[in-house]
Amino acid sequence: MINPSDAAARNVILDAIRGNQPAAQPMPPIPHFRNQPADLVIAFCESLAWMTGVVVTEAVPDLESFVHARFPDAKIICSSVPEYVGTIHPASFDHWSDASIIDVCVLRSPMGVAETGSVLLSDIELQVNTIALLARDIVVLLDPKQIVPNIHDAYEHPHFKSRPYCLLMTGPSGSGDIGGTVVHPAQGAKTLTVIFSPVPGDGQRSG
Amino acid sequence: MSRPIDQARNAETFLADTAHEQRLDKLLWAMRMRRDAAARQVPEWEELRTLASQIKEHTLSNLAEYLIQFEANAIANGAVVHWARDAHEHNQIVLDILTQQGARELVKSKSMLTEECELRPFLETRCVRVVETDLGERIQQLDNQPPGHIVGPAIHKTNKDVAILFSQKYGSDPDNEDTAYLAGVMREHTRPDFLKAGVGLTGANFVVADSGAIVVATNEGNADLSANTPSIHICSAGIEKVIPTTESLAVFIRLLARSATGDTITQYTSTFRGPRKGAAMHVILVDNGRSARLGMKRFWHSLKCIRCAACMNTCPVYRRSGGLSYGSTYMGPIGIIMMPTFEIRKYSELPFSSTLNASCTNVCPVKIDIHEQIYGWREVMEENDQIQVVKKEAMRVAGVVLSHSALYRTATSTLPVGLEVLPHSVIYSRLNAWGKHRDIPDVPYETFHEWYRKNRHDEVMHDQPL
Repeated sequence: MINPSDAAARNVILDAIRGNQPAAQPMPPIPHFRNQPADLVIAFCESLAWMTGVVVTEAVPDLESFVHARFPDAKIICSSVPEYVGTIHPASFDHWSDASIIDVCVLRSPMGVAETGSVLLSDIELQVNTIALLARDIVVLLDPKQIVPNIHDAYEHPHFKSRPYCLLMTGPSGSGDIGGTVVHPAQGAKTLTVIFSPVPGDGQRSG
Repeated sequence: MSRPIDQARNAETFLADTAHEQRLDKLLWAMRMRRDAAARQVPEWEELRTLASQIKEHTLSNLAEYLIQFEANAIANGAVVHWARDAHEHNQIVLDILTQQGARELVKSKSMLTEECELRPFLETRCVRVVETDLGERIQQLDNQPPGHIVGPAIHKTNKDVAILFSQKYGSDPDNEDTAYLAGVMREHTRPDFLKAGVGLTGANFVVADSGAIVVATNEGNADLSANTPSIHICSAGIEKVIPTTESLAVFIRLLARSATGDTITQYTSTFRGPRKGAAMHVILVDNGRSARLGMKRFWHSLKCIRCAACMNTCPVYRRSGGLSYGSTYMGPIGIIMMPTFEIRKYSELPFSSTLNASCTNVCPVKIDIHEQIYGWREVMEENDQIQVVKKEAMRVAGVVLSHSALYRTATSTLPVGLEVLPHSVIYSRLNAWGKHRDIPDVPYETFHEWYRKNRHDEVMHDQPL
């Protein structure tokens, strides 16, 4: 809705814009850049490594053992994937700020991007958006068949036009604001680990 | 009437500390190098720059229609859309939302628009505590300084500066200058603010018309926390941030981080289309002089800016004088061409803080003709009688001398004598800005013209004006 008190301002601004707009210029066609890497999986791994993320390419048959081995001090493990129960489910959080108790968050992403090493996480996968923001360490399951070549392909994913929140997460949070040296973490996750894991029973990209 | 900002004089404070000056220069040039390396890895880089420029020009020339389309889609997504003609209206809208929620605290991520609107002092004088959650922005807030750089607000500070500041404000170890330690101090003190906040505010890198979404790019994750942890998310966006489609968003995302830091993308590149269940999302579309700038035939292209700061990182003047010397919200080359649109008198000297080397134009991801606009603003200052008397007179004299060859030759032949006989205090007087930090170079014993006469006496000398 439009705030009624802003209606006058809206009309003044739009009138001013219409009075000052330069002559209309055409929208250029956006080519689909197809110079994709020879191997999307290798490109994804290299791109994410550049952003200080970790990719586990070998099969992880027992997710619980993997998480405990990798994060031995983790006590609160929030899982939103059916493959692993964890110690807490996102639905348990009445207030989104409560997710700050999470040590490790386990999720599945519906898409990876080879060009950047990004994984897509929307409110569908997160259920509670803050679980991937307040948790200390993030583990993301990704089907390697769901890696797309570049950002143009990524933004074709239907989530971007249908979900309230979509995050392209590319590595752990970081900051170069002090001394120009990038350190991790900043305000968000300390680590991001992506595990290649086929979607059970379906290798195709899911919407 | 405001006195003009004297950027050169302000820079002297920064230049007095050689260690800071050299460090900043090196740091920013390294970012420029990383930007170049990232660009080289994308075969279609120049094509992307051209596309980005064309998309922005198309959008700005159809701006009203795209804003209306965004508004309709955002409302359909469940957001509340506000319109603000100026900074005060923007600030009042934010205050009203806070008041309706009974909130006395606001967590916010970095937003140059809110700096432009001076939101923080507006709210603080009305008893609202504002917590900047971007590390660099928070450092500047604690030090009571504005940002010195669009992307890295505290980039001019050393680790030692931050260690001392944090020890004074947070009680941390003043001798521990380790970057990870200092970032940890910030995290430890900011996390409780996120968790208890009722309202969070972010800026917007892009406003997408066809989906009603706003897009925010950060490395720290603080914008996502500011938007998601509280139940109220306010997004402040300049009207020029709108782009037509999600498809076109990809062009800009590929250019933004590469141009800014040399990374392929920011760690958190987030799209907010509407509120979650039980929460609210407010988008404030702010004009504050932008619609007027759209009507400036020579300068409307500056509205294409995507705030990557590549022009600042490459600018020799910015790198050697620091962002605070500009005394303005936006600094460096892009600041020079934006600030006079806000207040011509106050920023009348900024267009002269440039070598016009065009490096800024060459790295701009949306192909703004920055150096041409800087030159254009110099002409505007001349047309509007905004140039200082000394500078104006010097330019007039130079114009006369350079357009009369005889006068020019007399000047060049008598210069060596003048430099020999004139006292140091006269040569390096206040009027000689060039000689402030440099020695006047030795003058050659003969001019090129004299050499030519001596060595090419058989050839015809065309005594044309130079």
